[in-house]
Amino acid sequence: MTLPEGIASREIDGEERLATRGTAVYGEPVDGGWRAWDVRRSKLGAMLDAGMDTGLAGDDHVLYLGAASGTTASHVADFARVVYAVEFASRPMGDLVEVAESRATLVPLLKNAHNPETYAHVVEGDLDAIVQDVATRGQARVACANREFLAEDGRLLAAIKARSEDVTADPESVFDAALDELRGTYEVLDTRRLAHHADHLAVVARPR
Amino acid sequence: MSDRTPAGTGWFAGLERGDLDGARDAIETGSADSPADWPARAVETGFADTDEEYYAALREAAIAAAGEAAAERERADDRQAIHAVRAMDDADRVANELAERVAEWAASREAEAGTGVEHCRELVEADDRVAALAERVVDLDREARELETSVERTVRSVAPNLAALAGPTLAARLLALAGGLESLARTSSSTVQVLGAEDALFAHLRGSAPSPKHGVIYTHEYVRGTHPDDRGSAARALAGKLTIAARIDHYAGDRRPDLARELDERIARIRARRDDADGDHDTDSTADERGDDDAA
Repeated sequence: MTLPEGIASREIDGEERLATRGTAVYGEPVDGGWRAWDVRRSKLGAMLDAGMDTGLAGDDHVLYLGAASGTTASHVADFARVVYAVEFASRPMGDLVEVAESRATLVPLLKNAHNPETYAHVVEGDLDAIVQDVATRGQARVACANREFLAEDGRLLAAIKARSEDVTADPESVFDAALDELRGTYEVLDTRRLAHHADHLAVVARPR
Repeated sequence: MSDRTPAGTGWFAGLERGDLDGARDAIETGSADSPADWPARAVETGFADTDEEYYAALREAAIAAAGEAAAERERADDRQAIHAVRAMDDADRVANELAERVAEWAASREAEAGTGVEHCRELVEADDRVAALAERVVDLDREARELETSVERTVRSVAPNLAALAGPTLAARLLALAGGLESLARTSSSTVQVLGAEDALFAHLRGSAPSPKHGVIYTHEYVRGTHPDDRGSAARALAGKLTIAARIDHYAGDRRPDLARELDERIARIRARRDDADGDHDTDSTADERGDDDAA
C-alpha cells in the first residue's frame, strides 16, 4: 500500500516513523520540516502504519468527528485540502482552535456529531473521507447520521471504542453489534484491531 | 435556537464578506437539512471569488465562533463552581500532605510536636525552615476556606435548589462529577446516587462486587447519619430529590422550598422504621428487607 501524498515514512530520531509537514503541535520530534506522527497517540496514524487501505490520496476533503485537542486532526490538516474538525467539549476546543490558527486547512466546529444538521450549513457534501473517533455511546449511529457528507466512493475511517458503548460487555460483541449497525448504511471494507490502541476496532467502510 | 437557514442555503447566505460577527453567529446558530457544495455555491453567489477565498473566510469565522463559544461555556457559572471546588480539594489535599511532612520534621526535633494544620499554626511563630513550611500550610488552608466561600456563593446562584438540599460543597462536587448543571439535570437519579463511586460500580457490573449504595452523596448528613442498614434507602431518597432539584435549577430556575421539606419527611420515615425495629426483640434483618413502599 502506498501512503497518501503528504505523508512520508522517514527516519526521525533514529526511528522509521510516519510524518507530515507542518508546525509542531504536541511536542512531537520534527526533522527537516517533517513532524513525526505518534501512532501510539493516534488511531488514524496506527491504521496507516498497519498498512490499512484508507483511500486517502492527499489533498482530500475530510470531516473529522471527535477532533479533541487536534493531535491527529493536525496531521490530517497537513496533507488534506480542508478538514472540518468537529468537537463538542469546550475544554479541548481551546487547544483545537490554537492548532487551527497555524493551519490554513483546519476549520474547527464546536458541534455535537450526533446532530449533523447543526453543521450541514457549513460542512460541504461529497467529501473524500470521514475520520471518526468519538468516545461516546452510539458510535455506529454517529457514522450513519453523517453518511450524507460522503461522496459515493468516499471512505469512513472509524475507530470504534468498545468501552464507550458498554464497559461490561465483551469488546468482540460490542464490535459485532457496531458493525451490524454500520452495515445498514455502509459496506465494510476492512477491520483491524490496532497495536497501541487496545479496546479499539479500526473500520474502513464506504457508503452503500 | 433553531435558526434554521432555508433549505439549500449555507452559512454565508445574506452575509457581506468581512462581517465576522454575522459569520460567527451563522456558523454557531444556523443549520441545514443536508450539506451541499458550499464552496461552489459561495463563488456562484459572489460571496467569494475563488475556493481559496471561501475557505479562508470560513476558517477565519469558524475559529472565531469555536474559540468564543468554548470560552463562553468555560466562563459559565457552573464551570466556575467546578473549577473552584476542584481547586479547594487540591488546596486541602496539599495542605494536609504538607502538614504531615511538617509534623514528621518537627517531631524529629521536639518530642512534644503535634500534628495537622492546627499544629502548623503553632509552629509559625518560630524562625526556621520548618516554621516557614508550616506557614505555607496555614496559607493553603486559608485559601481553601476562601475557595469554599466562593464555591458556596457561586453554587447558590447557579443551582439554588440543589445547593439548598445538598449543601453548596456537595452540590459543586456533583456538578463536577456530572460535568455541569445541564449534564446533571439529564442524569438519572440512580446514576446520581453512585456518582463518585465509579470504581465500585464497574466492579459490580463486572460481577465481582456488590452494587455501591452511594457515591459522593455519602458525605451528606442524611446518608452518613442514617443507620448503615438503611443507608441504601436514604441514599436513594436523597439522590431522587437532588435529581429533581438539579432539573428545576436547570430548566425552571425558581426556588422550591417544598423539596427540602419533602426530603426531610422522607428521611424521617426511613429513620423511624429503624427506631421501630430497634424496639422489637429480633431486629437485625427485618428492617433491611422491608421495601421502601412499606414504610411510605
